[in-house]
Amino acid sequence: MSRHVIAPVEELPPGARKFVTIDDRPIAVFNIKGEFFGLLNRCPHQGAALCEGPLIGLAQSSNPGEIEYTRHGEILRCPWHGWEFDIRTGQSYCDPRKFRVRAYPVNVEPGSAVVKGPYVAETIAVSIENDYVVVDL
Amino acid sequence: MNIQVRPDTAPASSTTVRPAIADCDIHPARKGSKDLYPYLAKRWHAHLETYGGHPYQGMMSGPPYPKAQPNASRRDAYPPDGGPQGSSLSFMQQQHLDPNNVALGVLCPLNTGQGLRNQDLSAALASAINDWQIAEWTGKDSRLKASVVVANEDGPAAAAEIRRRAGDKNFVQVLLLSRNVEPLGQRRYWPIYQAAEEAGLPIGVHAFGFGGNPITASGWPSYYIEEMVGHSQCQQAALSSIVLEGVLERFPKLKMIMIEAGFGWVPSLAWRLDRAWARMRSEVPDVKRPPSEYIRDHIFWTTQPMEDPERRDHLFDVIDWIGWDRLLFATDYPHWDFDEPSRVLPAGVGDAQREAFFLGNARRLFGIAG
Repeated sequence: MSRHVIAPVEELPPGARKFVTIDDRPIAVFNIKGEFFGLLNRCPHQGAALCEGPLIGLAQSSNPGEIEYTRHGEILRCPWHGWEFDIRTGQSYCDPRKFRVRAYPVNVEPGSAVVKGPYVAETIAVSIENDYVVVDL
Repeated sequence: MNIQVRPDTAPASSTTVRPAIADCDIHPARKGSKDLYPYLAKRWHAHLETYGGHPYQGMMSGPPYPKAQPNASRRDAYPPDGGPQGSSLSFMQQQHLDPNNVALGVLCPLNTGQGLRNQDLSAALASAINDWQIAEWTGKDSRLKASVVVANEDGPAAAAEIRRRAGDKNFVQVLLLSRNVEPLGQRRYWPIYQAAEEAGLPIGVHAFGFGGNPITASGWPSYYIEEMVGHSQCQQAALSSIVLEGVLERFPKLKMIMIEAGFGWVPSLAWRLDRAWARMRSEVPDVKRPPSEYIRDHIFWTTQPMEDPERRDHLFDVIDWIGWDRLLFATDYPHWDFDEPSRVLPAGVGDAQREAFFLGNARRLFGIAG
């Protein structure tokens, strides 16, 4: 397992997403209301850049005529075919048994911990007084 | 709101070159409403700005249903230099034609002014869009080929446009839509078929159209999802009409391509037609052979959107009936239900069939050498 520093926290405010390539893997990191999530930027269905899709909620019906809209902003919708994935787990909603997008743990670490390592931060100048978004691969 | 810190990711570069393919359904878009002005008489500029177009379909300020994605297109297909998806040749080359190794791309322009009530305007717009395809697309990238767009409700005008383009190697088919004022076999459309046969151009029948009839055979549905599956019903009605009105008997060299309406339904429609014909052939004595024979001899099918049954042998059974030599690969770029060529065909297809499916059939049908 390797840990990668993605950005200073202030560079990734709530609602923002950042695309990176780590070990040849296209990954996107999202800040959703202060929580961070990382997903492989490739739809398991036909390979679209999944993470360029919009974040929506989950429309579900327990009984005909009763529709609940929940999980607002936590469901990622593929820019091609509209398949829905749970940003917390990578699980698909149209075929949860067969299709899952790889999810990566994302944390916020203080600069003092990041400087100590074992982090990889090739393009980001790390200073001790800041917090950083870190992805576990 | 989504703020993108880095605006885009480059498509994953691959060191292996993909096999060459044909894409028989690409949708070029116009950047703006005045793109066609250079190809339109001044009279029509003023007309469009004063009156606009007027389709047969009532109460229409946009498409009849909202689409699943903006402009019914891939969200990653907005050109970086602005304009709607499909409006930039250089971005289409960079995002689709080059990485997918498209050797032959057939343009199917939509929202062209085909089938307006003002048929002179419809004919002027059709001719303009044909000039525009040459100037902006096929003249700039020899992989691309154009469709002859025609004012489909005006048979003589449509035939004149086909004759004007006959022999021009920029064009490989005549484009009709599936939803028209009448079912496509009816005689108002025969001049189109006659001119196409003379020109040696197949007729492509693309899903959609604004003929004023409901989108499904049981009326106007509530949801876009119903419109999507309604396309196959509409193509079935169009194809039944073409066969039963004797079009293919009358124009024996005519080839037709059913575009973007699936093909899983083809065997069952053919079986039903054959069964009905055996009992009621006296009603349509122009139809001299079982309908399935006309279908097999004359009709080709683009693949997108492909049926995706749970068991792949079901898909292969259907294709075996239709013929591996009858399918033309299509992506529908830049539309949202795009099919990715490397993922579209399940495993278990031989090399010869794969080559025919992705390229050979299209090259033979359109007469384009490799």
